[in-house]
Amino acid sequence: METLSSLADGFAIALTWQNLLLALLGCFLGTIMGALPGLGPSNGVAILIPLAFTLGLGATPSLILLTSVYYGAMYGGRISSILLNIPGDEPAMMTCLDGYPMAKNGMAGQALSLSGIASFVGAFFATWGLIFLAPQLVKIALLFGPAEYFALFALAFMTLGGVSSTNQAKSAFAAALGLGLAMIGVDTQTGVPRFTFGEVHLYDGLDFLVAIVGLFALSEVFIFLENRHGEADGTKPNLKIGRLTPPLSMLKQTTPTMARSTVLGFIAGVLPGAGASLGSFISYSFEKRLVDKDKTFGKGDPRGVAAPEAGNNAAAGGALVPMLALGVPGSGTTAVLLAVLLSLNITPGPLLFSQNPDVVWGLIAALFIANFMLLAMNIPMVGLFTRLLMVPPRILMPIVAMVSFVGIYGISGSSFDLLVMIGFGVMGWVLRKLDVPLVPIILGTLLGNSMENNLRRAITIDNGNWFTLIDSPLSITLWAIAIIGFLLPVFLGRKVKSRMHERGDEEGSITD
Amino acid sequence: MSDRIFGIFGLLLAIGFAFAALAIEESFLSDAVGPKAFPLIIAAVLGLSSIVIALRPDAAPEWPTLARLAEIAAAVVVMILYAELLPEIGFVIATFFAAAYLTWRLGSDLLASLATGLGTSLGIYVIFHLVLGLSLARGPLGF
Repeated sequence: METLSSLADGFAIALTWQNLLLALLGCFLGTIMGALPGLGPSNGVAILIPLAFTLGLGATPSLILLTSVYYGAMYGGRISSILLNIPGDEPAMMTCLDGYPMAKNGMAGQALSLSGIASFVGAFFATWGLIFLAPQLVKIALLFGPAEYFALFALAFMTLGGVSSTNQAKSAFAAALGLGLAMIGVDTQTGVPRFTFGEVHLYDGLDFLVAIVGLFALSEVFIFLENRHGEADGTKPNLKIGRLTPPLSMLKQTTPTMARSTVLGFIAGVLPGAGASLGSFISYSFEKRLVDKDKTFGKGDPRGVAAPEAGNNAAAGGALVPMLALGVPGSGTTAVLLAVLLSLNITPGPLLFSQNPDVVWGLIAALFIANFMLLAMNIPMVGLFTRLLMVPPRILMPIVAMVSFVGIYGISGSSFDLLVMIGFGVMGWVLRKLDVPLVPIILGTLLGNSMENNLRRAITIDNGNWFTLIDSPLSITLWAIAIIGFLLPVFLGRKVKSRMHERGDEEGSITD
Repeated sequence: MSDRIFGIFGLLLAIGFAFAALAIEESFLSDAVGPKAFPLIIAAVLGLSSIVIALRPDAAPEWPTLARLAEIAAAVVVMILYAELLPEIGFVIATFFAAAYLTWRLGSDLLASLATGLGTSLGIYVIFHLVLGLSLARGPLGF
């Protein structure tokens, strides 16, 4: 019951006017970002991080704002899936399959509210899962020494491509590139400059926020410039929203679906290398196999809307478990949230729960609050969001670019960082064209230094013996999982990927 | 073909990275591993994955036409100018030009672009500077 009293403390922290207001703002912005095609949870959170800092928000308020954006984006993605048949972000891809047919049958309002409720169920129970699972994981993590941590980092990188990765060489390349970028700057242990080429600006190392905003937000602007999406402006949803509340019978019909999908999604979120996209995919396919007796899936079956939405929101909650308990994120957006924590000088991991309980429990309480806000916001106000969908990219994208510049300039006030950010934007564009995933690059720049420190600490403790890395059963297990996780997609990747992409647009290399 | 070039480029990058790592000056006070080992491991991973990419290329992506590439290059130039000129001419003016340019190139007509540029610039100025108190670049005119 210790957990529940900690949670009560968390609510005491989260329930201040400022935090409630931030959560409301975050939910609202998040829903918009999720709904707008081209802005997903990762780049949504990425753009807002620098702003949260320059505004001088403390650790807990910043986290509340940004995780509300994260949850909000997970809700928002479904809106454009249902109304336009364009997924607002990758996890919402599966929602297109039954959501759009429902909208065509004149049940858009019901599809929207049902998916809102499914999202709520998924996220709500996943947050409970987070509360009970994370402390257990912390107990295991306390057994980790530097060698185990090094293996854990390796595991995170090797499985990040996910089961749906088609080219593991490119994932490995991206991870190595990110780690290499993290090496720039003065070596923390011996004080010698590395890879700085005499440039004083580089002695501090590259600011990972600059890299994140450049890679995620600016590269998106270049993609739009390349395709000039202006022509797509005409696709207004001339669909009637219709009745906004699902009938009780529909809720009753979908309840078991939501329950199953929540469990599956949560597990997919916790496991390394899966994330929300896979969570919604697994939930949908499982449900289809289980209950689709009359072949109604794909033709506007409400269960086909409830399953992926409950699944992807549950996965979003589940993905927070390894990020908070181990400090090792399993998906793109949680990698960005890790950047938030690191910039606030909070090191996630087992010690977070004992040293900064206010941050952890305040955050978890905020997740509950955000969830209720999102439910309240997403059902009656869905009309407002559908109208915001009409903002054409030619107006939206310059705003995204300018806000990115403002945020980065606000942190350092230096033009040099802006130039580096533009460089990352171009690099992000080229790499996305080449289908190289961007998330391992981000994770590499974030974790590079602590990965190296753990390696050096482990070997120094054992007097320079490199075999100490595979000396304990725990680290051997981690290495084994890492190797299996890396090799599995080589055999399965293409199959899973092609089934996930049977319909719906490619969202590029930014996954959830 | 794209992947082959990319792989060769990656391999060169890895070799360059390895040389730069070997050139790191060792401090007389060093731990058992030293500052070179981990970068060398990274260079090895980078090089190996590049070789695999070059030997087993994916289908080439659809590269934009030359005109579209020029479009992106022009946008990059505008952004660089923006970054350099921001401290000189101030936030509002610089942002007005940059946002108007991007909107124009994304398909608005000229008048609408100017309006969008002005709206974006003033909107950000009001929300982030006046309301939220963020410090933006100050030009000679004070804004």
